[in-house]
Amino acid sequence: MSSFIAYTVFRLFSGAAFAIAASGLVLTYSTTRVFNVAHGAFGMVLAFVFWDFSVRQGLPTWLALVLVLFVVAPAIGWFIQRFVARGLGEAPVSVSLVVTVALLVGCIGFATYVYKPEVRTAVPFLAGTQFTIGDATITAHQLITILASAVVAAGLWALLTRTRIGTAMRASVDNPELLKLFGGKPDRVASLAWMIGISLAALGGILLAPVVGLDYYQLTLLVINAYAAAALGRLTSLPLTFVGAMGLGLITSFAPQYLPSEGMLGQIDNILPALFLFAVLIALPQAQLRVGQVKGIVSVPLPSITKAGAWGAGLLVLVALMARSFTEPNLLLLGTVATFAMVMLSLVLLTGYGGHVSLAQFTFAGVGALAYCKLGEPNLYGLMVSALIAAGVGALVALPVLRLTGLYLALATLAFASIMDKMIFQSDFAFGYNGTLPAGRLSILGNSISSTGGYVFVMAVFFVVMSIALLVLRRGVLGRLLIAMRDSPAACGTLGLDMRWFRVGLFALSAGMAGLAGGLYAGLRETTGAADYEFFKSLPLLLLAVVFGVTSITGAAMGGVGLMLLFNSTTSTQSILFIVIAVGAVLLGRNPNGVASHLFRLGRWGERQLGPRIRSRLPVLPGQSSAEDASPAALAVVDEGGEQAAEEPAPRAETREVAAHGT
Amino acid sequence: MGRDALLEVDDVVVRFGGVTAVNHASFVAEAGRVTGLIGPNGAGKTTCFNVISGLQRPTSGKVRFDGRGLTHTPVHRRAKRGMGRTFQRLEAFGSLTVRENVRVAHDIHQGLLGLVKPSKSDVDGLLERVGISAYAQERADSIPTGTARLLELARCLAGDPKLLLLDEPSSGLDESETDAFGELLRDLAAEGRGVLMVEHDMDLVMTVCDVIHVLDFGSVIASGQPADVRNDPLVQKAYLGYSDDVPDGELAGVSAGTGLSEQTLTDIPAVEVTAQLPAVRP
Repeated sequence: MSSFIAYTVFRLFSGAAFAIAASGLVLTYSTTRVFNVAHGAFGMVLAFVFWDFSVRQGLPTWLALVLVLFVVAPAIGWFIQRFVARGLGEAPVSVSLVVTVALLVGCIGFATYVYKPEVRTAVPFLAGTQFTIGDATITAHQLITILASAVVAAGLWALLTRTRIGTAMRASVDNPELLKLFGGKPDRVASLAWMIGISLAALGGILLAPVVGLDYYQLTLLVINAYAAAALGRLTSLPLTFVGAMGLGLITSFAPQYLPSEGMLGQIDNILPALFLFAVLIALPQAQLRVGQVKGIVSVPLPSITKAGAWGAGLLVLVALMARSFTEPNLLLLGTVATFAMVMLSLVLLTGYGGHVSLAQFTFAGVGALAYCKLGEPNLYGLMVSALIAAGVGALVALPVLRLTGLYLALATLAFASIMDKMIFQSDFAFGYNGTLPAGRLSILGNSISSTGGYVFVMAVFFVVMSIALLVLRRGVLGRLLIAMRDSPAACGTLGLDMRWFRVGLFALSAGMAGLAGGLYAGLRETTGAADYEFFKSLPLLLLAVVFGVTSITGAAMGGVGLMLLFNSTTSTQSILFIVIAVGAVLLGRNPNGVASHLFRLGRWGERQLGPRIRSRLPVLPGQSSAEDASPAALAVVDEGGEQAAEEPAPRAETREVAAHGT
Repeated sequence: MGRDALLEVDDVVVRFGGVTAVNHASFVAEAGRVTGLIGPNGAGKTTCFNVISGLQRPTSGKVRFDGRGLTHTPVHRRAKRGMGRTFQRLEAFGSLTVRENVRVAHDIHQGLLGLVKPSKSDVDGLLERVGISAYAQERADSIPTGTARLLELARCLAGDPKLLLLDEPSSGLDESETDAFGELLRDLAAEGRGVLMVEHDMDLVMTVCDVIHVLDFGSVIASGQPADVRNDPLVQKAYLGYSDDVPDGELAGVSAGTGLSEQTLTDIPAVEVTAQLPAVRP
């Protein structure tokens, strides 16, 4: 028994490290309402910096530690609060999440750029020293970790309850404006929270690095454990977060001994944190519909179907030209662009129109691809069935998380994606660990499209058709309901709309679109594996979708190009892309419609400046200017009424401040 | 009362932590009548509305509507049974135009996701009826507050409700608009609908309501016809903090110490209660 207790105490080590990281996350979130997705990424970068100071530069360990925890980390925290996160707490959840995802991508980019991949060893504290209690052994590093978590817990408790600024921090949670009226300084409070938060991320990263290794992704993704711990405390309670972290530490330590190591459940200890997160989120009590939020989001103008059709035809001509002239590798990249753009279309529906954030879209694409490979029917029927299966999985995910909104929903989909990735995609009955499955090129009406150029053109046709279908949906009854639900769920409820099934349907449709893209992608590559649908790829997917414009088709197309470049290009192109993303993410605070909407404004400005001059020089063609308005589709729209305003928003709509919508 | 109550609120209690927002409140609203629910700010009126419409689960107590209990009925099903409401803090669909707002309500009411298309006249007729046709093409987040309240009413009416719950519907309307609004309420009641209205405009309440319930500190302290309620000393005490007829001690536990300052009275035109009140409608 005593050895069991000793064993348990020692096993608290991993829980203690999670607790340190999670408490930083909770502190920033509860004080500023910004959920820092990049928390783990900062821990990772700072673990590298610590390695740099202590190993590469040879500073004494204690000095390196002091420098990282008390100089570098707080400086980063201050900088982030001052220039990135300020005011983000009031933004829509898709924006605040995306900005921190941008930080995550930036951190990984920074780390890979500065610390090129090579073998590095993170040395544990007091390496070699260990203690024995009963029949169990504990290393000095583990003991230090446990002690550090106790110090952090006590320190945070003292800060929040025994100091003026700590009291102000707790007040800031409730109402920063009120705090200002009483002479408090919410900005200073927020700065402090970010400084401490990043510092704790650093400590967590440094303590875990010797166990996990100095790995860009492993260290970054360990934050899921911190998310899970924090979710138990509803992202705001520090004591519950510590309990959650310790519990999770114990579960992950003990599970391998009691769970089978073979078959599907063999992976279960890898996904325990994600399962824990998913379970905690599902168990959260039902949030009541919030009343009295400020509503109204200025979206980009909705093009008429005719106009969209014309642009679509133009795009197809362009793709056809490229398909004829591109080399095989470039054609594959072009097909990848089409895939990513289609997956982003699914986000236009879900996030842009519906206001829900999903971090599992690549997983749905993976489900579609897996079904396409397994069905062995490389034709339209097989493709549709694959999309339907993905839609079914989407509906299955939506069911348990129906009650969740905003951030909680996003985290639940992330947990689901992580579970699918490790437990399903990597298992033997699916793609297999590091394995791939063959897939046939799609054949349409018996004609197999064997040339890559032709296949890419077909993918572009799918993109255009899906885009136009999406616009038709947005213009119709369903589109109006989507916008109404996004603006005021409470009003929709009191008007008699059962939003649960509507949301399940929305998720299913969105997942089906992603699944279709996945199926087409498998056919393009003729082979596909779990690595193509790794769950964390959904993070940059959301990032680029939102930065380029998640409310418009153009944004999705541009985002597709951007994501392909991010995954497949040279460092110099990536650097340019990082700058575009950074600028775009910062601009999101002013206009959540992304780069595409700035482009539209530029286009309208150009049309105002140059249009009349060009038109006056052109001979007047019959029907040229009025063709659009006179088309049956446009007439139908005018008949229905109301949509005209959306088509040509009044100029003041452009400058109106964008209202935040709740989580 | 001689009529069947359309809505019965029975001994409802709502507590938020240590605060009791609604304290054993019971009242009814009848079909074909305009019922007023009045009381000082913070008396629990909107919380009552939230309980009735299902946005807030009561700590205890029951709500019956149209002869059936509603305790576990979700929000949308209450609406389907014929309950419509507007909000004190506006809940218009800000990104949609005024006409689209009403169309959405129509689509939801029709079910089958709008396969039965509302004719343009249905929607425009409603806008006409509440008097906001001029704003049909405007985005709902750009119209004046009073207009947005009327929009919420039009949106409700698209669902052809048996009971209308109107939360401060006339705030933001000018005098002539308020008069027209009063007429509209009488018309709606004459069609057989029940109207339950939270309102601070005492002129309107006294003119339009058939029955008034007065809430204070979450409890119903008076019910009756406008003339009776107007002269009720407990009501005067609740609104003004004093009454010539009720000594301070007598109200302990009900409404003593409302803490309403004279300044608060400018927010709520309750001064009217003791001042010159307009004639009560027969």
